[in-house]
Amino acid sequence: MPLHVEGVSHRYGTVAALEAIDLDIADGETVALIGPSGCGKSTLLAILGGLLQPSAGRVTLSGPPPADSLNPFTYVFQDFALLPWRSVEANVALALEHRGLPAAERHERVATALALTGLGDFAAAYPKQLSGGMRQRVGIARALVVRPAVLLLDEPLSALDAQTRALLMEDLLAIWAREKSTRVYVTHNLEEAARLADRVVVLSRRPGRIRDVLRIDIPVADRSRPGHAALLADIHRRLWSLIRDEAATADREMQRA
Amino acid sequence: MPDRRPVPFRGGGFNPTPRRALPWIVFAAVIALWQAASSTGLLPALFLPSPLAVAKALQALWSDGTLVVHVTASLKRIVPGWLIGTAAGLAVGLAMGIFSAARAAGIPIVSALFPIPKIALLPLLILWFGIGEPSKIATIALGVFFPTTIAAYSACDSVPRNLIRMAQSFGLPPLDIVRKVILPGAMPGILAGFRISASVALLLVVAAEMIGAEHGIGAFVLTAGNLMQTDQLLAGVVMLSVLGLLIAWGLGALERRLLRWR
Repeated sequence: MPLHVEGVSHRYGTVAALEAIDLDIADGETVALIGPSGCGKSTLLAILGGLLQPSAGRVTLSGPPPADSLNPFTYVFQDFALLPWRSVEANVALALEHRGLPAAERHERVATALALTGLGDFAAAYPKQLSGGMRQRVGIARALVVRPAVLLLDEPLSALDAQTRALLMEDLLAIWAREKSTRVYVTHNLEEAARLADRVVVLSRRPGRIRDVLRIDIPVADRSRPGHAALLADIHRRLWSLIRDEAATADREMQRA
Repeated sequence: MPDRRPVPFRGGGFNPTPRRALPWIVFAAVIALWQAASSTGLLPALFLPSPLAVAKALQALWSDGTLVVHVTASLKRIVPGWLIGTAAGLAVGLAMGIFSAARAAGIPIVSALFPIPKIALLPLLILWFGIGEPSKIATIALGVFFPTTIAAYSACDSVPRNLIRMAQSFGLPPLDIVRKVILPGAMPGILAGFRISASVALLLVVAAEMIGAEHGIGAFVLTAGNLMQTDQLLAGVVMLSVLGLLIAWGLGALERRLLRWR
């Protein structure tokens, strides 16, 4: 489902968070949003999915959402946002309960999503019994169960340690190879962006403006091949050079604030 | 290396570790010390009767049925009073937690009325409802209402906002957000409020019974004091302690059941 960001600006009180963002996201595309801390990338993501009303501008979509999607805009959160009093299964089912599906179909959908995310054996576990990586799997399963048209991921791997992050990213890519959807992925991790995005949108420090857009022409599935290592390293370098000074200045500004 | 010395240990301590026997030993020692002081005549029986005398008094009160009469009379005030106060407090407190308008309207009133010791309102409530049961029950209900209201709306505040955002992002209707996110999330705070309101109810029932009642533990303790029957008086006080412990135990069981996920 193609998305169009048209002149979106946002301010929190007197603080400008985003300024004049124009961006078109094609159907089935994976766009990574990167930028220094506080550049408004999470704000932009919240506006994209209708969780936040922008101060100016608007987000539009062309064409109807796919018929089988129960929740066209679906988030995966950095802090997982699981209900601690619900089991893994019930957390995933939360996304379906108010949709009026027959119980059998609901159970089947939940079971499929749990199997897909490797949670089959943990259906009855409670979030506090799970590691961070497993908790985020629940968050991903909950997002997949509604068949999103646009998946909005807000630093989904940032709360995890490096090894868990690497493992979960591989799993995400494997799942995405099968599930077709448009994805917007907010991260401050350049490797993640270079690994999974078709396009990387680099935002400037606050107030966030689009500084540059980088297209990565290597198919995502091929990026782990050794032959592409040099190319990806080059992309990583270019992203870093775009973001480095901004990040340093943003950090100094944070100190002052 | 010729000279190997162990690294000096500096950790440990400052960590509560369970000591199973110690609480009972200390408890028994205090009672024994008290009994010894009474037996040797160090403690005059009129000021503080011996634990044995209190136990005997309890035993006598139990066998002639007096204890049951007074405890039942108190419970018949506590239970309805607490239930009414809790129901009203939850309704108002949750409304204040969920709706900004209810909160804006409620906070000044609750803040102004909460600090009033509710027993001061008993004379007024007696004028309204008469000297009988309703005025006592109303006092308890009022006393329970305010802490419950405050506990309920602060418990709503303590529900993480990101969970509510998550529920909105999945398109949950507002009523489902209240039922599936806010209420369960507020449950720990609400149950903590129950502990406070239960002790308030116990306090108020005794006070109300001391002001005007024929039966009830408060009335019994007051009469025993007037007659200088300190063994009876302390037997009543022990009953209050037992009642408080039973209520705390019941609430603990409720918490373990409802908050198993913690």
